[in-house]
Amino acid sequence: MSHHLPVLLVVIPLVAAPFAALVNRPRVSWAIALGSAWWAFLAAFALLRQVMADGPIHYALGDWAAPYGIEYVVDPANAWVLLIVGMIAAVVTPYALLSIEREVPDARIPLFYAAFILCMTGLLGIAITGDVFNVFVFLEISSLSAYALIALGRDRRALTASYQYLIMGSVGATFIVIGIGLLYVMTGTLNMADLAQILPELEPNRTIPVAFTFLTVGITLKLALFPLHLWLPNAYTYAPSVVTAFIASTATKVAVYLLLRFFFTIFGASFSFGEMQLDKVLMPLALVAILTMSIVAIYQDNVKRLLAYSSVAQIGYMVLGISLASALGLTAGILHLFNHALMKGALFMAMGCVMYRVGSVRIERMNGLARAMPWTMAAFVAGGLSIIGVPLTVGFISKWYLIQAALEQGLWPVAVVVLVGSLLAVVYVWKVVEVAYFRDLDADADIQEAPLSMLIATWALVLANFWFGIDASATTGVARRAAEVLLGVGS
Amino acid sequence: MMLSSLPPFALFFIGAVAVGFTKGLPRKVLVLAIPLLGGLNLWFNVDPGLHLQFQFLGEYTVTPFRADKLSLLFGYLFHLAAFLGFLYALHLGDGDVDGAVAEEDQTGGDTAGLQHVSAMLYAGSALGAVFAGDFITLFVFWELLALTSVFLIWARNSERSYATGFRYLIIHVVSGVLLLSGALMLANRTGSIEFGHIAGELGSDGSGGLIAAGPGGWILLIAFGIKAGFPLAHNWITESYPESTPTGAVFLSAFTTKVAVYALARGFGGADALIYIGTAMTFFPIFYAVLENDLRRVLGYSMINQIGFMVAGIGIGTALAVNGAVAHAFADVIFKGLLFMAMGAVMTMTGRTKGTDLGGLYKTMPFTATLCIVGAMAISAFPFFSAFVTKSMIMVAAIEEHHYIVWLFMLFASAGVLEHAGIKIPFFSFFAHDSGIRAKEPPKNMLIAMSIGAVLCVLIGMFPRQLYALLPMEMDYHPYDTTHVLVQLQLLCFGALGFITLMKSGVYPDEKRAVHIDAEILYRKLAPWLVRTVGGAVARIDAYVRASVLELVGSVLQVAAKAHGPVGPLARSWPTGSMVLWVAILLVAYLLFYL
Repeated sequence: MSHHLPVLLVVIPLVAAPFAALVNRPRVSWAIALGSAWWAFLAAFALLRQVMADGPIHYALGDWAAPYGIEYVVDPANAWVLLIVGMIAAVVTPYALLSIEREVPDARIPLFYAAFILCMTGLLGIAITGDVFNVFVFLEISSLSAYALIALGRDRRALTASYQYLIMGSVGATFIVIGIGLLYVMTGTLNMADLAQILPELEPNRTIPVAFTFLTVGITLKLALFPLHLWLPNAYTYAPSVVTAFIASTATKVAVYLLLRFFFTIFGASFSFGEMQLDKVLMPLALVAILTMSIVAIYQDNVKRLLAYSSVAQIGYMVLGISLASALGLTAGILHLFNHALMKGALFMAMGCVMYRVGSVRIERMNGLARAMPWTMAAFVAGGLSIIGVPLTVGFISKWYLIQAALEQGLWPVAVVVLVGSLLAVVYVWKVVEVAYFRDLDADADIQEAPLSMLIATWALVLANFWFGIDASATTGVARRAAEVLLGVGS
Repeated sequence: MMLSSLPPFALFFIGAVAVGFTKGLPRKVLVLAIPLLGGLNLWFNVDPGLHLQFQFLGEYTVTPFRADKLSLLFGYLFHLAAFLGFLYALHLGDGDVDGAVAEEDQTGGDTAGLQHVSAMLYAGSALGAVFAGDFITLFVFWELLALTSVFLIWARNSERSYATGFRYLIIHVVSGVLLLSGALMLANRTGSIEFGHIAGELGSDGSGGLIAAGPGGWILLIAFGIKAGFPLAHNWITESYPESTPTGAVFLSAFTTKVAVYALARGFGGADALIYIGTAMTFFPIFYAVLENDLRRVLGYSMINQIGFMVAGIGIGTALAVNGAVAHAFADVIFKGLLFMAMGAVMTMTGRTKGTDLGGLYKTMPFTATLCIVGAMAISAFPFFSAFVTKSMIMVAAIEEHHYIVWLFMLFASAGVLEHAGIKIPFFSFFAHDSGIRAKEPPKNMLIAMSIGAVLCVLIGMFPRQLYALLPMEMDYHPYDTTHVLVQLQLLCFGALGFITLMKSGVYPDEKRAVHIDAEILYRKLAPWLVRTVGGAVARIDAYVRASVLELVGSVLQVAAKAHGPVGPLARSWPTGSMVLWVAILLVAYLLFYL
């Protein structure tokens, strides 16, 4: 059983998804989703422990040996991402029960959970597989189900948002598959480890840089790096609250993982950052993303949209860490994957609570809301503190490492941009705090605190923000190991 | 004993929670007991040393509780200040609304609980900051100081106090971010986050090594400087203190700036730049103070002036000077607190703080008037009052280190203190023209707190040995020598003479006349010219700088709004076609870049 854990992690939810659609009873579908999510969480946790203790796990699907068959490989880097996906899914699903009943028509709820499980499966699959074509397959599974999930939003603009995401996502996926195809043409293999071995031995040619380019554009589109983020704000804004919380915390993280896997493991850091000078491209874009997107966030009146732009800025932080291409920078980037999932998950879930009771997340509807929904707004403030980077929260840990990594290379201006980004975050978080805490509640408003199940899930993430902000030894330990694996030092 | 390793802030933070959940008598007992117990524990149980330390992120040592002579002195001081502050604010919650009488812009509301809790957290944060052995801890408390104290301003419950409080918060958060940035740069260079001496040469007259500290040191200096009210960064003091509640101002005046003085003393002792910054701080507020009508704002300017002496002392950097700076901080918390208490009492009873609205109150508030005069004498450095034995250390150190011009400026500033704090404050509120107000004496707890402050002012002045023994550095200094006493008495007598002359000759000292009294002693006819031109010029330059900065900020914001606003190109929803176009553009750009 434990030997088959890598494949069971993916197969069990994959099989569960059709059942969720077939039973056609909302609560039963939900229970199936809950089971799948917790299974993924626990299995991912077990895998991470195993990998940290015993080193990478190789699992050959159907016992077909590696370069020919599909292989699943688990190392600290992707076990980490698996855990993020599993954890967020496990927290979001209990929360989803009431929120989805409010935001999605009853008839579609079973379909919603089926798509939700599929989306999670796809994300897990991308992370766990050691085969590049398999990556594409799972990418499509997760993307297609994500389009469906977003289109279920109550707002009619959800449809256009989903359509745009569909077009852009497909363009991105196509670019990725073109890149993979070109690699296959040149090397004759789809196995990641095999590719990593063969690529450096090839004669210099033009095909590999072209493949590299297509992959770069495709992946940065999926992870919404400025200026390819344009699909993201609408998709996050108009999707159901649960979907936003889940996708914002996981989908872009998995895309960042793809970036790491392709450019560090497959192409190798010396090729990507030495010959191709990827850092010269990524760093400016990351810096622009941090600054402009934080400023744009300040001007938003819809809080979900505000948080969406903040997410694009936060992706800038992750890519910034990666573009430094040092052990410390990579550690910072990988750490922020996890930390940002915690903070953005908490923030979007708090907004989901507001959506549940108020029916809108527009800032003008939040006057004095802290009086009516003290726990919800306190969760928002706590998540906001984390996104600002206040000590004792995970945001501080991320920024600390990021600044250290920038200073290590003498990049003062980069460190300054990171700090300015924090100040801008103060402004957009404050914008909500001011309205919710310092205005009077509308007299005719009859608003109660959000239901307990939603609050508990939200606060679980909030507390995780503080837990891992105070004792960061576990998270930084894994992140450092993951960085070492990706850079090819150590095991 | 167990308590000795408990960081002093912890008691206050736990206490704040307890205060939040109690009311009436138990709350009153709590707010007095916490600073008292904490202070006694600190005095009897805590010895210098590292009491609490742990590893952070594997490579850094965080020290939330480090005690040495410097931090212990500030620790005693803050416990004392917290005790006096809470005693002064003890009547709150008896249905009185703090400072709400007769102020039109107040909406009322019982804010006592909020004020007690935030003051408790605020005092705890100040203690946390002075016992912080590393920059991370310092940063946390640095920001907490701002976050907790802002409620003392907001508790005024008016539109203006809200706006002021918000500006106050921004300035201090920026200071905190600068602190963290500077600390990071320093940590990157030295590999340690310990909060020790950063720049400057202690105990010598050589050139301080501010340059050698690198940009990290500079940024830290700016961060500390903002909190200490360095010139151009001083406006938060004069803006926020008058806007706070009567009791809030007492707390505000005690902690924030003194934490900054502590941080400067620890980090930048002997940094030459501080001598000149400090000297500038001693005399430029005088011009504003004499023109100002709001008496609590006058005290705000006077605050900057007093901190100027401390900063200059730290900059001189000899044992005597640093000791003087620290001792002066100690004395200042008490006499400035006393003056803020007196003004707070006036404000509580009359609802007014403007010099032109007050006057003649001595008839009905004789005790308050007397106590205020004691505070005024202390701040003016009358012999046998506290500032005499502390400020003189700085002045003597300046002479010893041959900073004659600096010494002259300080002397001029001392005369200014006599005028704007020593005479103006008590004169306009309790004497001058009879405003017709017949306010009663303030509540007993206020009177008791003020009396304790007044007694301390005199005790320190008469028996300076006890205070000197607590000072961080070894020195041998006797304040009561003939020269010093004579010089000071001359200064004060001529100041008083000038004042009396103007009174008797019927030239009634209104706001502007009053300026001339102190100036006449030193500069005779130079004074009117000085006040008009220098004061005017300073005001003009200040206004110009501020206007142009505001304009710059405004235009930057406008550009930002254009690009980033809801309909700006960076924020609007793009048609799908344009999105795909971007993808194509990027693809081509990458290909060109790579091939």
